[in-house]
Amino acid sequence: MALNTVSDVLDRVPHAKRDALIPLLQEIQERDGFLSQSAMKALAARLGLPAVKVYGVATFYNQFRFHSVGRNHIQVCRGTACHVKGSAAVLEALQFELGIEAGATTRDGLFSLEVVSCIGACGLAPVISINGEFHAALTPEKVRALLNDLRKAAKGAHDEQLA
Amino acid sequence: MISLEINGKAVSAQENETLLKVIRDQGIRIPTLCHMEELTPSGACRLCVVEVDGQRGLTPSCAYPVADGMKVRTHSPRVLRARRTIVELLLSNHPDDCLYCVRNNQCDLQNLASEFNVTDRRFTGKKKTGPMDVSSPSLIRDPAKCILCGRCVRVCEEIQQVSAIDFIGRGGSTTVGTLFDGGLNTSTCINCGQCVMVCPTAALSEQDSIKDVEAALDDPERIVIVQHAPSVSVTLGESLGLKTGADCDGIMTAALRRLGFDWVFDTGFTADLTIMEEASELAQRISDGGVLPMMTSCSPGWIKYVEQFYPDMLPNLSSCKSPQQMMGALIKGWFAGRESIDPARLYSVSIMPCTAKKFEAQRPEMAQSGSQADIDAVLTTRELARLLRRRGIEPRTLSPEAADSPFGERATAGKIFGASGGVMEAALRTAHYLLTGTDLEDPRFLALRGPQGLKEAAVNIGGLTVNVAVVSGLANAARLLTDVRAGKKSVHFIEVMTCPGGCVGGGGQPLDTDPARIKARMQALYAIDRNGPVRQSHANPSVQRLYREYLGAPLSERSHHQLHTKYQTRDVDG
Ligand code: SF4
Ligand code: SF4
Ligand code: SF4
Ligand code: FES
Repeated sequence: MALNTVSDVLDRVPHAKRDALIPLLQEIQERDGFLSQSAMKALAARLGLPAVKVYGVATFYNQFRFHSVGRNHIQVCRGTACHVKGSAAVLEALQFELGIEAGATTRDGLFSLEVVSCIGACGLAPVISINGEFHAALTPEKVRALLNDLRKAAKGAHDEQLA
Repeated sequence: MISLEINGKAVSAQENETLLKVIRDQGIRIPTLCHMEELTPSGACRLCVVEVDGQRGLTPSCAYPVADGMKVRTHSPRVLRARRTIVELLLSNHPDDCLYCVRNNQCDLQNLASEFNVTDRRFTGKKKTGPMDVSSPSLIRDPAKCILCGRCVRVCEEIQQVSAIDFIGRGGSTTVGTLFDGGLNTSTCINCGQCVMVCPTAALSEQDSIKDVEAALDDPERIVIVQHAPSVSVTLGESLGLKTGADCDGIMTAALRRLGFDWVFDTGFTADLTIMEEASELAQRISDGGVLPMMTSCSPGWIKYVEQFYPDMLPNLSSCKSPQQMMGALIKGWFAGRESIDPARLYSVSIMPCTAKKFEAQRPEMAQSGSQADIDAVLTTRELARLLRRRGIEPRTLSPEAADSPFGERATAGKIFGASGGVMEAALRTAHYLLTGTDLEDPRFLALRGPQGLKEAAVNIGGLTVNVAVVSGLANAARLLTDVRAGKKSVHFIEVMTCPGGCVGGGGQPLDTDPARIKARMQALYAIDRNGPVRQSHANPSVQRLYREYLGAPLSERSHHQLHTKYQTRDVDG
């Protein structure tokens, strides 16, 4: 599937050169939600670049993800206001509770975690967004409660499906 | 010509020269880390900074062109402070493993710390960690010791055109890594070890096989046989305190016996054998309209390169195994039987200038029908030097000894294999004999000698013009193949060596990539050739005897079974 996406993206720019690398990576991510290994390899082959160069460039920019996003995509704001109000502790709590680093997705696909630059909600600091919805003035305790709610909701939906 | 002032002294220089070069030409030492003469300047480490009048900050001299009227200070207090701080920062997150480190006493970072008299710790950062990558049969990567100078990345890209490694990530979490942070073994890495040669620290090193070899030597049940490659005798000396290019063949043989090897063979013997087979193969391809150009197949990095990047040209590769593997096959496939040695007791070691030989020895093609590998362990020149030291053997005190029969005798043709162009020269000598029945009056091919990356010649053999090309460094090979594919060049025979300058510049040699040193090693091989009693592979009496007693003739069925192989397209991550 990812391969098709790359072909789709690349077929529109048959003469793409190396300088098109970043826009093309962005476009692929927009379609797939992340950069898969096969997509990066296919892109490298098309541009005549060693695949490790494409990977090197992609990992240089924070904007790129290398895992599909989870059902709950959590973005942690690392703007100045949030930082001052303790976003580091929030991030740490999230990483600890989910058992993943920023940039990763949990094995069950329920959560993915990402650090983003200021999301422009400084009044709510420290703030995170889950699937685009803001959660304000967080503390590690609130993070735990929030994750529990989301897990329960997911389990409920799952049981309902089975019933 | 322009003029400038260095430390108050008027100096003239060429336009476009870098400040670093001009300063060094004055006999002034400037420390560098990221800089390498043949590679694109990167300006990453800033260790080479100098003070230039009129500029606010300090200037990295390696990436800065000279200009008329410049006034430069190379060792002002400000410069020295800055350089020292750079070193201290590099040390701040370093694992400080020196006592347990393969590069202890041979480490640029260590040398810099001592040069700048860093005796206390001004900055304490979080120690670098990160898993070692031991997946490759040839190399070990230890990212914790990497100082991100980027030399390996540029060598791999610019000299070898492989790009198995690159900078991954950004800022404080930058590492030098492989595609998707996988193991080197599944990457496009061709195991050449050129990155090890340029790495200033122990972040890159060879897989160490000393322990395995010692275990075999210490096992009374084992018969341990060793072979040594043509270039090793002219490079090992550098690790023994001899001058560059000194030939230590005889004392090395004596030292190998002291280590406990039961038989010492010279890979030059199978180099001669390779020439017999390869020259015959070339003659056959030319007369039967076979696939041309034929390409040499003795450099295992190059073989993997073709398998993964030029699979359409696999039929162009000579089917000959490399001299190491021919020797390996003959030892277990014939010699063991002749000497009534149980092959299971036999342990076959080779001393090679090359890290890729470790990979080659493990290839499935390189085993006697299904049983154990033909070569059990490969030691690089560096590992041999370490083993000798560990076992208290001082070769310089020994009297020279000769290698053992039946695989100890070589023509000088087999010896020059160690220099880029040597295989071609040796092959042409024998091809001439095979096609005309006479030896060349002058066996030398001067156009094919020297350190250049591409050498070409049109050679007349009995009225037939044979176009030959010699390349070393795979970026040069890639350029040549592009021209050949595009029909821009018509060549019949191509010699390819993976490492610049050939085996004398191999990734397992004493750590030094100084071009002058590589040239001196080459000249040493040609000096041996000049004085050699037997200069043609076909005139090697031991080779003739092997054909009489066992193989029959070149390209015979037995030859094909033991000395030839076939390579296949290889799927790698890249
Ligand atoms: S790489 Fe150099 S400085 Fe680092 S531990 Fe090894 S010897 Fe010491
Ligand atoms: S061994 Fe050669 S191919 Fe492999 S990473 Fe090092 S330079 Fe590149
Ligand atoms: S591995 Fe060695 S050569 Fe490569 S960047 Fe690190 S220190 Fe430099
Ligand atoms: S040597 Fe000049 S910047 Fe590194």
